[in-house]
Amino acid sequence: MNCQLASESIFYQNALYRFIHDSAGAFMPCSVSHVIAGLAIMLMLVNSVLLGAALVTWLERRLLGRLHNRIGPNRWGPFGLLQPLADLGKLITKEDLVPSGADKIIFTAVPLVMMVPLVLMTAVIPFAENTMLADLNIGVLFILAVSSATTIGIFMAGWSSNNRYALFGAARSVAVLISYEVPVVISLLGVVMISGSMSLNDIVQAQSIPFLLVQPIALFVFVTGMSAELNRTPFDIAEAESEIIAGYHTEYSGIKFALIFATETGALLVVSAVITTLFLGGWNGPLENFLGWFWFLIKTLAIIFVFIWVRATYPRLRLDQIMALSWKFLLPLSLINLAITALEVFLLRDASGNLSLPDLWVMAAINVPMAILLILVMGGLFQKKVNSLPIRTEKPMVPGVPTIEVK
Amino acid sequence: MYGLAMARGLLVTLKNMTKKPFTIQYPEERVKQHPRFRGEEFVWYEERCTGCASCAKYCPLGIIKIVTSPSESAPRQGDKYKLEVFDIELQRCMFCGLCVEACPYDCLFMGSGFEQGRYSRDDMVIHVEDLRNSAKNPSTFYRPQLEQSGYDPRGGRPLTWREVGRENWDWHKREKAGLRLIGTDVNIPSEESE
Repeated sequence: MNCQLASESIFYQNALYRFIHDSAGAFMPCSVSHVIAGLAIMLMLVNSVLLGAALVTWLERRLLGRLHNRIGPNRWGPFGLLQPLADLGKLITKEDLVPSGADKIIFTAVPLVMMVPLVLMTAVIPFAENTMLADLNIGVLFILAVSSATTIGIFMAGWSSNNRYALFGAARSVAVLISYEVPVVISLLGVVMISGSMSLNDIVQAQSIPFLLVQPIALFVFVTGMSAELNRTPFDIAEAESEIIAGYHTEYSGIKFALIFATETGALLVVSAVITTLFLGGWNGPLENFLGWFWFLIKTLAIIFVFIWVRATYPRLRLDQIMALSWKFLLPLSLINLAITALEVFLLRDASGNLSLPDLWVMAAINVPMAILLILVMGGLFQKKVNSLPIRTEKPMVPGVPTIEVK
Repeated sequence: MYGLAMARGLLVTLKNMTKKPFTIQYPEERVKQHPRFRGEEFVWYEERCTGCASCAKYCPLGIIKIVTSPSESAPRQGDKYKLEVFDIELQRCMFCGLCVEACPYDCLFMGSGFEQGRYSRDDMVIHVEDLRNSAKNPSTFYRPQLEQSGYDPRGGRPLTWREVGRENWDWHKREKAGLRLIGTDVNIPSEESE
């Protein structure tokens, strides 16, 4: 049996997959060698996501510490690098509690339901040239669909925990997801329009200049929306510890909590990788086709730093503020961006529908000042709306307490 | 403007990232401790103690236990009682310092340490032997004579019973306290010399 991977296969781009498949296919049927190669790559991806989540936990705690003028965990291992390992050991040895009245099957399934979409997302990310598992031609759609599936896990956790705080957290998370999915999807349409493809590999290759410059509004909307979908500060009302204990994972302990926590930090890592792919040029670096994974890693770390930086800076928003930000600020912004990009692509494309490098520079020259102007103007309008709310003048409930005029 | 204020907020946190952290890493680094710190490991000078049990009476938690008995040798030394039991249940102590304020003979002092963690509650009760052997670094809490001499308990120098009292009280001449130990090199003031 000599089973070679066909060149039209979606796995053909992945050199490692092709190598494992072809060497196994030398003495096995094609179906078995497909399974072996797939399992090998998935094992690598799962482990790298979990290891990456552990490292991101460490990075987040250290960086948050420095941003707060603290030091952060530095006891266990060099620079505290083994701290996630110690946390894991502690969580594994803890008692695995299931609350009475909980729906046990759903309750137990939640960590898996949350973890699987995360790992699925890594399948279509090109970490370097020819280093993506599957070159799906609907990569962007796949990522958008799969990344929202984590919220099903969150809602299952809230529903099955038999705990009101968990249910509140889950309901808030679902509400935030529904609001923010719309501007996020619309913002990505601009990227898809310019690159002319939904495959992440093609999008990376289309970025002769990073889409950071060509689509700044889309980047802004996408980062904000993803920050909300990941339930990160300032949008972390789903697990706001000062209001609803820990939100949807209030009742989770032990290894289940460890998996949920790893999913949250791993999602930060994977979403940063997606942002790198879509907006920062992916594995494109200053050296031509050399050290692609290194540039990818550097850009991903930079995006993670921005997420942590924002978390350290802004206070948590209320639910109505989050909704208002999505529907009144981000959605119009992304729609305007879509219209402008469509117009630019319509005017600048050549006969075959492609955009050349000078065209991209023209778009960048128009879009960057436009982005700054639009964000300032829209922000000003948004603020005006807040300021024009009526001033509360009714009598106070408690006698003797003076009326506070709320602007 | 709306967006500019948010950018300014980001700059504030970034500026804080470049500053030196405030954290003091405890086992390696320590904060400077005030001499009046009311710590554990009570400092007790047996030479000065009469066994009057004022500390036990004033303790609001009642965790000091003192048992005295008429001694064979004590009357010869000019003393009445022999101190048999002096237990302080440190696990319930709230370090109010009232026992130290109540001590009329300047023999009980607050300590200056705070690292007395133990693995069982029984170990938290300190007995007469522990009090005898504890480091003689008294805190200057409620002891102005120590404060005026500029004594720093964390400085390391232990004090003997002669150095810690308000000697202008000359209480020891009348009460005959401080002379209750056989073998201590004290000059026994006789009734006649006074």
